[in-house]
Amino acid sequence: MTPQLALLATLDGIAYAALVFMVAVGLTMIFGVMRILNVAHGSFYAIGAYSAASIVLGLTAAGMNPWLVFPGLLLAAVGVGAVLGTLIERLLLTRIYTKEPVLQLLVTFAVFMILEDVQRLVWGVRPYFAAEPVYLLGNVQVVGIFYTAYQLILLPTVALLVLVGLRLFLRRTLSGRLIVAVTEDREMATALGINAGRVFLLTFVLGSTLAALGGALASPTTSLVPGIGADMIVLSFAVVAIAGLGQVEGAAIAALMIGLGRSFAVYVMPELEVVVPYLVMVIVLLIRPEGLFGVVERRRI
Amino acid sequence: MKTWRAAIAALATASLFGTAAAAEKPSELRVGVTTFLSGPASVFGEPARVGAEMMVREINERGGIGGVPVRLIFVDEGAGGEHVVSEFRRLVEQENVDVMFASISSGNCNAVAPLAEDLGVLNFMWDCGTQRIFEEDDYRYVFRTQAHATPEMLATLLYLLKAKPDFQTIAVVNQDYAWGRDSWDIFSTALRALKPDVRVVAELFPRFGAPDYSTEVTRLAALRPDVILSTSWGGDLDTFIRQAAQRGLLQQSTFVLPLAESSLERLGRSLPPGHIIGARGDHYFLHPEFRDDPDFQGFMEAFRAETGAYPIYPVFHMSQAIAALEAAYLRAIEANGGAWPERSQVVDAMAGLTFQGLGRPVTIREDNQGLEAQLIGMTIHVDEFPFAVLDDMVIYDPRDITTPVGMNSIEWLRSLTPDFVDSVRIDRFSHAQ
Repeated sequence: MTPQLALLATLDGIAYAALVFMVAVGLTMIFGVMRILNVAHGSFYAIGAYSAASIVLGLTAAGMNPWLVFPGLLLAAVGVGAVLGTLIERLLLTRIYTKEPVLQLLVTFAVFMILEDVQRLVWGVRPYFAAEPVYLLGNVQVVGIFYTAYQLILLPTVALLVLVGLRLFLRRTLSGRLIVAVTEDREMATALGINAGRVFLLTFVLGSTLAALGGALASPTTSLVPGIGADMIVLSFAVVAIAGLGQVEGAAIAALMIGLGRSFAVYVMPELEVVVPYLVMVIVLLIRPEGLFGVVERRRI
Repeated sequence: MKTWRAAIAALATASLFGTAAAAEKPSELRVGVTTFLSGPASVFGEPARVGAEMMVREINERGGIGGVPVRLIFVDEGAGGEHVVSEFRRLVEQENVDVMFASISSGNCNAVAPLAEDLGVLNFMWDCGTQRIFEEDDYRYVFRTQAHATPEMLATLLYLLKAKPDFQTIAVVNQDYAWGRDSWDIFSTALRALKPDVRVVAELFPRFGAPDYSTEVTRLAALRPDVILSTSWGGDLDTFIRQAAQRGLLQQSTFVLPLAESSLERLGRSLPPGHIIGARGDHYFLHPEFRDDPDFQGFMEAFRAETGAYPIYPVFHMSQAIAALEAAYLRAIEANGGAWPERSQVVDAMAGLTFQGLGRPVTIREDNQGLEAQLIGMTIHVDEFPFAVLDDMVIYDPRDITTPVGMNSIEWLRSLTPDFVDSVRIDRFSHAQ
């Protein structure tokens, strides 16, 4: 493998990791705070993607200023996260916080199945494609190969902003610190007067919005078909398991490992591409069963 | 329950030993259809379902088949192989269907073919790609009302060898599952036989349903192969072509896409002119031999009015299965002196049957395989359509390109020599003519 090819593989890996990270970090945050493995997270990705595609197609058809598609993508993500996230958290999840983890998993799985059918009802089964944002940004050339600026520059930039933004939010703001406090020790945090219900809602909406943002940003580059949510949730679980549950920075590293592993596999050993995420996961978990950055939970009495 | 089972058993015995002309005309002809109504393959299964309902409505409006209206019962293949097998059994044993159409997925075809044989129910493999079934076993009840992967791949390769005889390198990007692997097996075996000097520079099998092909596109852009083959379909093919188009790969290599007829309308203008497109048969909404036929035209427009898109190849395959159903029953009724036939008489009527759906007539061979013509074309952009359509079309005679009876496809392809390319019978058409 020449240095040029290694550079190309690295660029591809980063672009892919950026999308995976945005979805997985939402999942890991929700788990960190609420201790719920939210299968319906995949639906937020899918519905965010479909909504974004509808907005982009609508704007293009209406002949509006094409650059409006970028605020459109953001609007889709925030809209889906805020509206659907609030509804699900308030109406459903608040009732099961004290229940068995298995039941919680089943409930979110049920929500996921219901939302899959909702997508089919609303958007049908024909693949959707809304590539306008990619065309707007044009191509850039790296060692003789064309890349889309959208995948090479925009996606990694947004992912980096999300990472830095989350870090600042969790460390520097009051709401962020409340989230960290509940993540660390829910019992003590509530005993000190933190309104855990509000923290849960905030976390869930934030996490869901990130999933929807991942979907919205993926929509210009990929066909939207039934089942995209399921694929993404499986991949996100792998990222979360590698990183250690609840780890924000860990999710970024894990996503990069999967992204780079996958793109190098395509050059070196294409047969392995499909299994790379799981291979990485197995290797990491064999060495560190709690994940790269996970901490061993102490049993509380 | 017991008496009910006994009744079924009695019925079964009656049909086994019943004398001719004993069957009473039923109130309806029940047909079970397995098709994808969920999951990514519903891009094929849904249009086929809509098409089937439109065609059966038309049959029933003119009085049904031999005076008996047809009723379709659908099974969702998207729910998985076990579901298909148990529903297949349920439809035959409890709903008492007369005929089954199963199925799309090769895995399901492999599972239901022996089951149909066990249950003694007439089964049409209406959209089944795997070439294996009739090459590995003999069947009485199972028929394929379309071609299989071998003629589909071979026609595409023959077209490529004529359209671009000097190509030196080829890369493949297929989905990582049975169809992606098997179709490449067939294509590459035939390629080695017909043009041994070609070099395969990359064999990429991305995950089925992969949302991103950037790495594959980058690698292909660096390799610069003359030809890029992809037998992918649905959302996967759309994504791959769009990502490749966004990054200039379609200007650099000739793409060969044996299933892309089903993506033409969705891809719009992002599929540029000069790439080779197949349709798993002579399936094309502008079929050069029928596009001026009012019935053909009428169906294309009615389908578009109903679904918002032109029919794609699974609709044509469905039309062939329904045409076969009608032809077999009419033939059996005639052989039975005008009386409603026993089910076994309908099975007998399938031998050598010729029927015509929305394409050239298909004939059932002695090994129950249908002989279906193949249409391949080259994309062009024209003013009337906002998406690429086909030019320089070639229709291949199925007798020359279908694996001979009793032979294994791979062995047959290996035995071909380069002069085979000029020996096949073809008809040429252009878009403008």
